[in-house]
Amino acid sequence: MNAAQPASAEMNTFTIKPQKGLASLNLRDLWLFRELIYFLTWRDIKVRYKQTLLGAGWAILQPVLQMLVFNVLFGDLAGLSTGGVPRPIFTYAALLPWNLFSTAISDAGRSLVTSRNMITKVYFPRLIVPLSSILSGVVDFAIAFVILIGMMIYYGIAPTSAIWLLPLYLLLGLTTALGVGLWLAALNVHYRDVRYLIPFLTQFWMLASPIAYLAKEVFDRLPEGWGWLYALNPMVGVIEGFRNVLLGSEIYSGEVIWISVLVAVVLLVSGLFYFRSMERTFADTV
Amino acid sequence: MTDYAIRVAGLGKQYRIGGQAETRYRTLRDSIARAASWPGRLLRGELADNAQTIWALRDVSFDLLKGQVLGVIGRNGAGKSTLLKILSRVTEPTEGYAEVTGRVGSLLEVGTGFHPELSGRENIFLNGAVLGMRRQEIATKFDEIVEFAGVSQFIDTPVKRYSSGMYLRLAFSVAAHLEPEILVVDEVLAVGDAEFQRKCLGKMSDVAEAGRTVLFVSHNMSAILRLTEQAIVLDHGQIVHSASTREAVDYYMASGFSQSGERTWSADEIPADAAPFKPIALRVRDPRGKVADTVLSKEPLDIEIEYELSEPIQGLRVGVYLQTIRGEIVFTSFDTDAPKTYEKFGSRAAGRFLSQAQIPANWLNEGQYVLGMNASAFRVRRFFYDERALAFNVDAMGAPGMQWTEPRQGLVRPQLDWAIKKVKV
Repeated sequence: MNAAQPASAEMNTFTIKPQKGLASLNLRDLWLFRELIYFLTWRDIKVRYKQTLLGAGWAILQPVLQMLVFNVLFGDLAGLSTGGVPRPIFTYAALLPWNLFSTAISDAGRSLVTSRNMITKVYFPRLIVPLSSILSGVVDFAIAFVILIGMMIYYGIAPTSAIWLLPLYLLLGLTTALGVGLWLAALNVHYRDVRYLIPFLTQFWMLASPIAYLAKEVFDRLPEGWGWLYALNPMVGVIEGFRNVLLGSEIYSGEVIWISVLVAVVLLVSGLFYFRSMERTFADTV
Repeated sequence: MTDYAIRVAGLGKQYRIGGQAETRYRTLRDSIARAASWPGRLLRGELADNAQTIWALRDVSFDLLKGQVLGVIGRNGAGKSTLLKILSRVTEPTEGYAEVTGRVGSLLEVGTGFHPELSGRENIFLNGAVLGMRRQEIATKFDEIVEFAGVSQFIDTPVKRYSSGMYLRLAFSVAAHLEPEILVVDEVLAVGDAEFQRKCLGKMSDVAEAGRTVLFVSHNMSAILRLTEQAIVLDHGQIVHSASTREAVDYYMASGFSQSGERTWSADEIPADAAPFKPIALRVRDPRGKVADTVLSKEPLDIEIEYELSEPIQGLRVGVYLQTIRGEIVFTSFDTDAPKTYEKFGSRAAGRFLSQAQIPANWLNEGQYVLGMNASAFRVRRFFYDERALAFNVDAMGAPGMQWTEPRQGLVRPQLDWAIKKVKV
């Protein structure tokens, strides 16, 4: 009967006592429960489009419709420059990382409250909940990415030699999303205001990100030496980077990308510690 | 060296409950200090609920050896669930500490993590992972789990199409196949039909016999008695009794009951919607007419219910449930059971009544019994109901078979007319 027991490493004694001060990250438990990350991600993916007519088609339809609206609004009406890149693909390439990010923060932000019944019944590292809700969004991203490849072929645009940077930009986006997601998720446990805050946050954040316009438009309007201000939004670097390595569109964020990276790391680390220190009360207050 | 599975010392858990924060004696200095600490309190979530606190658990200490099975008994809100939640690491204690050796599997509620859109098969894997099982472990036990739950035909159907019975069976089955060193169980046996409950109990005793450490909470006293040897009784968050299970159960069941042989109801114990029925008293009398809390098995006993009707009631029946101290019902009986009395008292006028019945001699076995009371009009309305109104003891003194001192098994202790004949071979 004991054959099915997990490795003896788990047989050791653990002490349950009130935690004081800054919590440790307890990555060991996260590792022990790694399969749960996989299962929860897999569950979210599986049920995402259950009982919908279009199924995974929504992953394509959403960015495509957004792209059309953006074209009319910002192209035909506002006439913003795209730096020579065809507007549909200019917008679409930006919408991909943006949608990944915005779905991630709103899913992660609500994740703890929606898995309330698990949190109040069994122990597992709570970090898994927002983490897996973010990971499951990557599938939508991958599906929508296929359309982008199709568009690139149609417009005859080849990716630049810097394409190897793409995963790094993606990572930057996910890091930011996880950082913000952790803050929102933990706050949402105590203050359900977060639920109402999230739509505004994503809306304003979207306008503050260079999706329909070039980051240049903003950088040019900022006084000399104030470019870092715009780069505080890590999504500027992510979106610019995406367009740069995929479409060869000129990158304006340049050096200030490091500010984006720094902000993302600060968000993630502070989010992790805040989340961990709040974790002890999740089951009581959620 | 003694091998402890769980050691608990001075464990306590404080909860905030709703209500107003104390506002007396707030000085300007306090206010400034509070204002200055505002961002901190905001982040700690203390703005939304700065309120009174209660101790759900306080000063709880006990040791549990490896392989021991401990029952936890207590009324609702006594702190049982809080204790289990702390030990299974769902929530943190406010003070004290616990040392736990080995993997803890908790069955605080079955079906945790089940997703209605996923099939039975998918949910087994998902739920298993939530409970801390490895994928391989689940795969090896998969057939066993499905068979135990008896849902093999529907294993690829989304569980939202399952009947609630099937759903619970599957959920319990996954949880029951978890094989942790320490199993923490709360009330899971309340699920499913009688047949499945028997299966669950069987599974639980397998677990207990396999030498695992089990912490078992249930309202089902016979399950507690069957599965555990030691038990603690919790009341208002504290351990009030710790002994062998039999003793602890008796302690628990006897506490909080009126022991005088008579139960009366004060005005605030009678719900407003009981009118026009008003219970006055429930009594147990010995054959000499004395109200008694202990009666003899060899003598008959009288049960009487006194009540008042402020208006006539159609189809009223007033009756009792006789239960053992462990909550098993021995019988249910109403005053209008007999056709004759039913005809005469089917519609009862306003006024004061006394319904009496006799339990014959040589009928109940020794032990503690509890009377519940019910006044209702069948399929129309229940006027008054008190599941555990009065406890009394039956003493076996002088009962048949008392020449042998051993306790007799069974609820009844009849005097049967045995005939013994010598048979020619």
